[in-house]
Amino acid sequence: MNAVSFTVNGREVHLQLDPRTTLLDALREHLHLTGTKKGCDHGQCGACTVMVEGRRINSCLTLAVMHDGESVTTVEGLGTPEKLHPMQRAFITHDGYQCGYCTPGQICSAVAVLEEIEAGIPSHATEDLDHVAFSDAEVRERMSGNICRCAAYPNIIAAIRECAGEKQA
Amino acid sequence: MKFDSPATTNPIDRGRVIGIPHDRIDGAAKVTGTAPYAYERHDAAPNAVYGWIVGSAIAKGRISAMDLRAAQAAPGVLGIVTHQNAGPLGKGDMNTAHLLGGPQIEHYEQAVALVIADTLENARDAARLVRIDYAPDKGRFDLAAERDRAAPPSGGFGGPADTRVGDFDGAFAKAAVKIDQSYTTPDQSHAMLEPHATTASWNGDRLTLWTANQMVAWNVGEIATTLKIPKENVRIVAPFIGGGFGAKLFLRADALLAALGARQVGRPVKVALARPQIPNNTTHRPATIQRIRIGADSNGVIDAIAHEVWSGDLPGGGAETAAQQTRLLYRGANRLTAHRLAVLDLPEGNAMRAPGEAVGLLALEAAMDELAEACGVDPVELRIRNDVQYDPEAGPQRPFSSRKLVECLRLGAERFGWNRRNPKPGQVRDGRWRIGMGVATAFRNNLVMKSGARIGVDAGGRVIVETDMTDIGTGSYTILAQTAAEMLGVPLDAVTVRLGDSRFPVSAGSGGQWGANSSTAGVYAAAAALRTKLAEKAGFPADKALFEDGLVRLGNQSQPLAQLAGREGLWAEDSMDYGDLAKRYAQATFGAHFCEVGVDIDTAEVRIRRMGGAFAAGRILNPKSARSQVIGAMTMGAGAALMEELVVDKRFGFFVNHDMAEYLVPVHADIPEQDVLFVEELDDKSSPMKAKGVGELGICGAGAAVANAIYNATGIRLRDYPLTIDRILGASSGHRVA
Repeated sequence: MNAVSFTVNGREVHLQLDPRTTLLDALREHLHLTGTKKGCDHGQCGACTVMVEGRRINSCLTLAVMHDGESVTTVEGLGTPEKLHPMQRAFITHDGYQCGYCTPGQICSAVAVLEEIEAGIPSHATEDLDHVAFSDAEVRERMSGNICRCAAYPNIIAAIRECAGEKQA
Repeated sequence: MKFDSPATTNPIDRGRVIGIPHDRIDGAAKVTGTAPYAYERHDAAPNAVYGWIVGSAIAKGRISAMDLRAAQAAPGVLGIVTHQNAGPLGKGDMNTAHLLGGPQIEHYEQAVALVIADTLENARDAARLVRIDYAPDKGRFDLAAERDRAAPPSGGFGGPADTRVGDFDGAFAKAAVKIDQSYTTPDQSHAMLEPHATTASWNGDRLTLWTANQMVAWNVGEIATTLKIPKENVRIVAPFIGGGFGAKLFLRADALLAALGARQVGRPVKVALARPQIPNNTTHRPATIQRIRIGADSNGVIDAIAHEVWSGDLPGGGAETAAQQTRLLYRGANRLTAHRLAVLDLPEGNAMRAPGEAVGLLALEAAMDELAEACGVDPVELRIRNDVQYDPEAGPQRPFSSRKLVECLRLGAERFGWNRRNPKPGQVRDGRWRIGMGVATAFRNNLVMKSGARIGVDAGGRVIVETDMTDIGTGSYTILAQTAAEMLGVPLDAVTVRLGDSRFPVSAGSGGQWGANSSTAGVYAAAAALRTKLAEKAGFPADKALFEDGLVRLGNQSQPLAQLAGREGLWAEDSMDYGDLAKRYAQATFGAHFCEVGVDIDTAEVRIRRMGGAFAAGRILNPKSARSQVIGAMTMGAGAALMEELVVDKRFGFFVNHDMAEYLVPVHADIPEQDVLFVEELDDKSSPMKAKGVGELGICGAGAAVANAIYNATGIRLRDYPLTIDRILGASSGHRVA
């Protein structure tokens, strides 16, 4: 067992963990933060997306002990049913989900994608590397690691577009 | 309540809540991650330990020896379930293979052991220490090789193995225009995002399963049969299900082994299938070989139509009934359909979204495109010319309850700008892209199933609906709340819906696109019973009382529901059952898919540029979630056309690409804006809701529209799905997509 401490959604946690425990399982099984989903456990589906130190990662592909001292944000840290994050609100408005299982990962990714674009981080779809700007193509490319088998894709893009508009306004 | 004559005007027709687009009432729980799925029940089973399934490493044969010593000695291991210690097990009626294999092995990755440990990591690692020796047998894994040994399957949902009307051979021989082509579709995987998962807990001889399952009541029976315990001793809880598409219709190994494991270790056990186990351990949509022959006059009017289908499954399994729609879709006095089932030792084949039609239309609607070209008739016009308003096998005495295919084709074509399509293939270029448009008919049977609910008003005037219906992403929570709100005259937010618990009345469950219409009809029946009770309590004649604004009203008199409910609340329970309207009237849903693709002239990469469609499926209960169902299904159809294929290892008998990295499904970047038009329709013969199914209609034909667009773009006609780059390049004349 290894002692590990990190901050989750602003709260400091101290855990004794098997070194084999992924960040995903630390969240779901040890901290009971089951909003972060396990779809494939192999970095193929994106359902486990969380933000670590402000960057989105697949939490199934990283061990919890590697994140000692770091800051993790999960879907539970974005908002609650009583106080929704604007992206969560937009997903409801645009029906950006169906079964709900990929949804927390989509939302964490979506929030991070807008920050990536704002920070000027380019993607495969970026046409001008000096001017990274919001476009549907940018978002579709950056969101493609988050699979939605119910395929609410156009609705998810609409939700992100709405939030991007609010950010710029 | 029995629905045995066409619906007349009823409270649903008010359309104050029903038929209006609503946000999902379970939305806040889903977007905040607070909706509990089966593996996440720390609340209900706080001391659950972890099970890890060991799957068979051979496809067919026997286990000759199992050595559990190393696994048992591994850290944290609490128990190991195998066929040797599981006790006598039955087999559910709906399972083809046993869920726990051994000593006989029926398919690759069939569960043969469950290792239970204190942590997930310990269970997973110990599972690798289970040593199994096998005596493999030779298996049959190649559908094409087994085709000639295939036999007529026995009945089931798909109807008779053979149907014949008139003289197909004679009429086809005489036809002015003939199409005779064969098509293949591969094995496909549901690939829902939530793996099969169950948390199981015993209290004495009573078992509770928190499980990801579409059909609660079916599976109470199936687990009871398998464990040889009374049904009364089983409770299934499934309030949230992370997608199903048919994968979670049946009892699967996660549920059985969690139950067996919990019994062995004397505490709750949870089991999720690891993603790479799913395609081989569970069910899949079987591959098909299809031959279609169509004989028409020079105007494209069909006189003879035949659709023959070959598929395979384990011994005792079922056929992929891909000729179903061909019995009902187009005119023609001379008709033939046939299904043949080969025995294969691949994993179990079973239902995936729109079993039958989803792959049947990949073939039929491509053949119709070929017919359109052969006759020189526009493909939209060809389908209109072959419309038939009655069951073409039975004749005019069995009309369709409602059928707006022609309207869908016309309105869909107009919205999509179909008139801009160049009928000659390979003519339109946009830079490095060849551009083409395709159309296909959407058709899916409308099934109705008995469904029950109970509904109550509490002292605060809140309406509560309870039924074992499931919401697998389909929007059940919201449409059931809408139904209750409409029937009782309260706002949507005054309704609480509780689903997915076998303690609630038995519903239709989620499958075969019967869920929405059937389960809302069940709530309708229960609400009608409650209206009678409330009216009686108010002293009003039940048939005259109006329910609106939270009041029961008669003339100038009114009483609030809350007051009538009293401190105890007032409850009613009923179900909707069906007479023979589905026999007297053919019932189906219709639509028209349109697609525009670009095909890269060098790489043959296909990009879908636009998708659109018009659909008629009776009353659309919640246009917002119904649209999502349709676009999601269209996308799955696009996947079937372009990428989805479980690749069979014909030597060892398993699906090679058994995870989400290698079984490709559409992602964000693959899917453009999708346009959906619902054509206005009320079907009074379907149910008092006048609705029909819509959850599967969208996949039916969508892939064929993509294939037909690729042909229009390139002049390359591919008949083996999926239409991948290598196949397009292989069929092109030179180094470029000509």
